Amino acid sequence: MLNDMEIIDEPNDDLKESYVRDVFFVALNCGKLLLESGAETYRIEDTMMRISNSYGISNPQVFVTPTVIIFSMNEHALTQTVRIDERANDLGMVDVINNLSRDISAGMPLKSAIRKIERIHESLVFPLWLMVLTGGMVGFMFLLLFDGALIDLPAAAFGGALGVFIMEGILRFTKVKFFTEFFASLFIALTALLYVTYGPGANMDTIIIASVMPLVPGVLITNAIREMIRGHLLAGIMKGAEATLTAFAIGAGVALVFMII
Amino acid sequence: MAVFVYQFILSFFASMGFGILFNAPRRALISCGLTGAAGWLVYFTFMDMGVTQIVSSFAGGIVLTAVSIYNARYLKMPLVIFITCGIIPLVPGGIAYQAMRNVVLENYQLAISYGIEAALIASAIALGIITSEMFHSLVNTILSKLKTGE
Repeated sequence: MLNDMEIIDEPNDDLKESYVRDVFFVALNCGKLLLESGAETYRIEDTMMRISNSYGISNPQVFVTPTVIIFSMNEHALTQTVRIDERANDLGMVDVINNLSRDISAGMPLKSAIRKIERIHESLVFPLWLMVLTGGMVGFMFLLLFDGALIDLPAAAFGGALGVFIMEGILRFTKVKFFTEFFASLFIALTALLYVTYGPGANMDTIIIASVMPLVPGVLITNAIREMIRGHLLAGIMKGAEATLTAFAIGAGVALVFMII
Repeated sequence: MAVFVYQFILSFFASMGFGILFNAPRRALISCGLTGAAGWLVYFTFMDMGVTQIVSSFAGGIVLTAVSIYNARYLKMPLVIFITCGIIPLVPGGIAYQAMRNVVLENYQLAISYGIEAALIASAIALGIITSEMFHSLVNTILSKLKTGE
C-alpha cells in the first residue's frame, strides 16, 4: 500500500495550495460518505478534523447536521458546503471510511488516500433476496420475543419479508421515504387483517408489531437522544423530526387498514 | 435456564438480521447478534425480577455498549456498527406502535401516555449507552495517566 512513498509536509504556513485542496477533498468526501451511511454527526466531525490534522492543516472547522456539511480550512481561506439528500443505514461504508481514516492517521500518503476515495463507490451490498429473507426472519423472531401466538408465525414472517421487499422495491423508483414506509406498513397491516379475518390468525396487533419492526425508527429515536446529550442539539432535533415522520408514515399505513374494519 | 437460552437465540437472530438489513460488514454479523443478545438478556432478567421497564432498558443499554466496545476493539471496527444492531431488541417499537394506533382510533389520552412511555424508554437506552461510553473513556484516561506516571 505504501509503495509510492510521499513525504508529508510539516505543518507550516506556506503549504502549497494544490496540497491543501487535496486534503480538503479527502476530508470532505470522507465526511459526506459517512453522513450518507448514517454515522453519528459528532463522529463525522471528529473524523474530518483528524484527517485534516494528520496532513498538517491547522485550525480546520467543521459543522455537520444530518442534511448539510460545512467545512472550512480557515488558515487557507477554503470553505465548502455540501448538501446531503439521501441518508441510509450502510454500516459497511462506515467501516470502510473508518479504516481509511485509521490508515491516514498511521501515515498513509495523500495520493493513495485520494485514489482510495475515488475508487469507493458502493461498499459490498447484500442481495435483495437475502434482505427479504432476513426481513421474514426478523418478523419471525420478534413475534416470539413479543410472546405472540405460534399460529401467527407465518403471517409475521411473511409480513416482515413483504415490508422489506416493498421498502427496497419502491425506493428504487421514488426517493420519498415517507411513501415507501407508508405503503410497506399498509401492506403489512393488510396481510395481518386478512390472516386474522379469513385465516387462523389469533392476534392482529402482535403480527403487525412484529412484522413492522424492520421499518420502525427505533434506532433513529435513540440516536437522536444520544446526539442531543452530546450537545449536538440541531442534529438531535432533526433526527427526532425524521423519526416522528417515519412513525407517522407507519401509523398512517396501519390506520388506513383499521378504517376499513 | 431453558428460557434464557430461548431468549438468547431469538434476540441473537433478530439483531443479526438487522445487521444484514443495515448492510453491516460480514465479519461483524456474529458480534452484532451477540451484542443484541447480551443487552436483551440483561433487560429480560431485570424485567423478570420485577424492575420497571425504564430501569431495565437503562441496564440493557449499559451492558450492550460494554459488549460493543469490546467487539469494536477486538474486530477494529467503529462502535456504531455494534450499537446500532445491538439496541434493536430493546427499542420500544411495540409501544410506539400502540401510541400511533391509539391516535388513529382517537384514544388521544392513551396515545399520549404510550408516546411518553416510548420516549422515556428510548431516553433510558440512550442514557445507558452514553453512561457506558463515558465510563470507558474515563477509565482509559485514568489508565493512560497512570502509565505516563502522573
